[in-house]
Amino acid sequence: MDLNFTPEEEAFRQEVRDFFAENLPDDIRDAVRNGGELTKEHMERYHAILNKKGWLATTWAEEFGGPGWGPVERHIFDEESSAAYAPRIVPFGLSMLGPVLQKFGSKEQQDYYLPRILNGDDWWCQGYSEPGAGSDLASLKTRAVREGDEWVINGQKTWTTLGQHANMIFCLVRTDPDVKQQEGISFILVDMSTPGVEVRPIKLIEGGHEVNEVFFTDVRVPYENLVGEENKGWTIAKYLLTHERTGIAGVGFSMLELEEVKQLAKKITRNGKPLAEDPLFAARVAQAEIDLEAMKLTNLRMLFTAQKQGAPGPETSILKIKGTVINQELKDIRRRALGPAAAPFPGSFKDSNLDVAPSGHANNAARYFNNRKTSIFGGSNEIQRNILTKTMLGL
Amino acid sequence: MNFDLTEDRQMLQDSLRRYLGDKYQIEHRNKVAYAEPYHDPAKWGELTELGALFALAPEDAGGMGGAGFDISVVFEELGRALTPEPVLGALMASRLLTAAGADQEALLSGETKYAVGLGELDAPYDLSEMTTTAEGGKVSGRKSVVYGGQAADVFLIAAKEGDSLSVYEVQAADASVTGYALMDGGGAAEVVLEDAPAKLILENAGEAIADAVNAGIVALCAEAVGAMDVLHRMTVEYLGQRKQFGRPIGTFQVLQHRAVDMLTEIEQSRSIVIKAAAELGGPDASRYCSMAKNLIGRAGRLVAEEAIQMHGGIAMTWEYPGSHYAKRIIMIDAQLGDTDYHLSRVAQAA
Repeated sequence: MDLNFTPEEEAFRQEVRDFFAENLPDDIRDAVRNGGELTKEHMERYHAILNKKGWLATTWAEEFGGPGWGPVERHIFDEESSAAYAPRIVPFGLSMLGPVLQKFGSKEQQDYYLPRILNGDDWWCQGYSEPGAGSDLASLKTRAVREGDEWVINGQKTWTTLGQHANMIFCLVRTDPDVKQQEGISFILVDMSTPGVEVRPIKLIEGGHEVNEVFFTDVRVPYENLVGEENKGWTIAKYLLTHERTGIAGVGFSMLELEEVKQLAKKITRNGKPLAEDPLFAARVAQAEIDLEAMKLTNLRMLFTAQKQGAPGPETSILKIKGTVINQELKDIRRRALGPAAAPFPGSFKDSNLDVAPSGHANNAARYFNNRKTSIFGGSNEIQRNILTKTMLGL
Repeated sequence: MNFDLTEDRQMLQDSLRRYLGDKYQIEHRNKVAYAEPYHDPAKWGELTELGALFALAPEDAGGMGGAGFDISVVFEELGRALTPEPVLGALMASRLLTAAGADQEALLSGETKYAVGLGELDAPYDLSEMTTTAEGGKVSGRKSVVYGGQAADVFLIAAKEGDSLSVYEVQAADASVTGYALMDGGGAAEVVLEDAPAKLILENAGEAIADAVNAGIVALCAEAVGAMDVLHRMTVEYLGQRKQFGRPIGTFQVLQHRAVDMLTEIEQSRSIVIKAAAELGGPDASRYCSMAKNLIGRAGRLVAEEAIQMHGGIAMTWEYPGSHYAKRIIMIDAQLGDTDYHLSRVAQAA
């Protein structure tokens, strides 16, 4: 048993840390710190900075333009980037479609799309969920019918994250309605400027705009936009769900959140003393810190297994469940710390110097509400429990 | 023993429920709750005509109620409709004016809107640390997140005068008022006072302020129960309607049990509010109000978070009414003392 990183890994950590210190623009870091919405320009600029260094496609093999990292390097990169208040890399092209094309795509698809993802020529979004197909994704109804050398697509996708910025969408569509649900699904790429594609915004609980509905009315795309074999889309979907899950616990973001909470508790006065000295509040923070400390090790243990076996196992569902719950708890504590000062609607003090929250914390309540999504999306925590029941308990 | 409402209170409940159900539906509510003045002045007038404010004050103060159960009946209905009207300020001001023996006809008729400024940035819950002072009929200081302050005509302000705690009346025109919308809808204000002309209402006001806070706690807790009832009903309906894996998700036992856990916590909440309402005005009111606010804080978090989780993505949207109920239920915790503050008060008093 050895809990230490190797000297090479520590040197790599320092290299990543130095890189962010020197290259992350202040305005992007501040936008992340303040918890507001990042603009498209922010994210494109951030991606370009990483791409220049060769660190954008963290999960890709070197032959496709990735850095060729293993799980440990990726973990270190995740920790250091979140500690530096860097944004999350927008995952749809880089950690979802990229690996799918590398495994299932044709040579032509790889040669055309992968460089465009790296260079930011395409912004991808994900067409998976539908109004009637959430946790039960395999029941999806969006239909693609082959007509000559084209697909004609009709239906609706929803919860399409950042679809308002995207020019391309990868979709799971039903191509054979007469077989078992999972066996009639295909994976198709759609240019969103095609006639018949319409994106409508969904306003979220806290007032933000991240997700969208995408409607398809007689949308015609070339047959060769099919990825992999016809009716084998479910295999691709499952590959995506199990691929690269070591970052799923969000440990780096929770560590940063814990640090933010501790700093905040020193700044806030409650009952004539710093909030940090309030025993009940301190106990909440300590409880979360204990859970997070264990989570760090749980994460590293699963990382080690993934490194050894070449792929993460089904037990990574534990990381999703516990990782999201810990982060949600920290967001709750952070909102709680402000008391009534968390109550103003975000942006309330734009034209006044009377802001009631310390700098960087005006969106604490909005962050708490927005973050409830993490235990719902990407396979809800209930679905993760179903996976664990089958795979780990054998029930 | 009898847990039924009196006939008068039953009538009040029925008429408020009918009125709010007809005239204050969620689409309208969301429209007014997030646009200046963050409530609906026309509906405020209609609500007061129904006697909603008269129910909050005792007869000798010109009202028709004023007991804990009058307050809880009114606020439970306001919570069911998620009403952003500034009734809490009226209630707490009425308690202070009653203690002072002052006239409150303009308050109870709804003609003059009151807000009560107690908490400050560094002393949101415990007033012993507040720094607003009064001297020679002038008040200076800053009251923070004053609920309903954006719409108030008159403020009642707690201020220190030497060692004594007093309540002053300040006209809105004599204060610097910065209003804003709240996360959960409705409005509040930062109220900055710089030698603001003020009328002394109450000296040695510690007990009267504690009573006003207790009445406010009964109101907020009843409001939370009303909101939790509605959110729970929405959740159960959704579990019955939403189909995944070929059947209603409400047939999955794991979700059934969680919906039952919500119900259990709501019934516990209802009970503690009844207890707090019964004790209001008595010697142990503060203790039972703290118990209620702590329990509601815990139950509210469970109910709001579980409702969102069991709905899934739909409850993360602005369009779905349940999300607004969840926000209100969570944010109530930050008004008049949160879960931890009231837990420590109960522990210290034990």
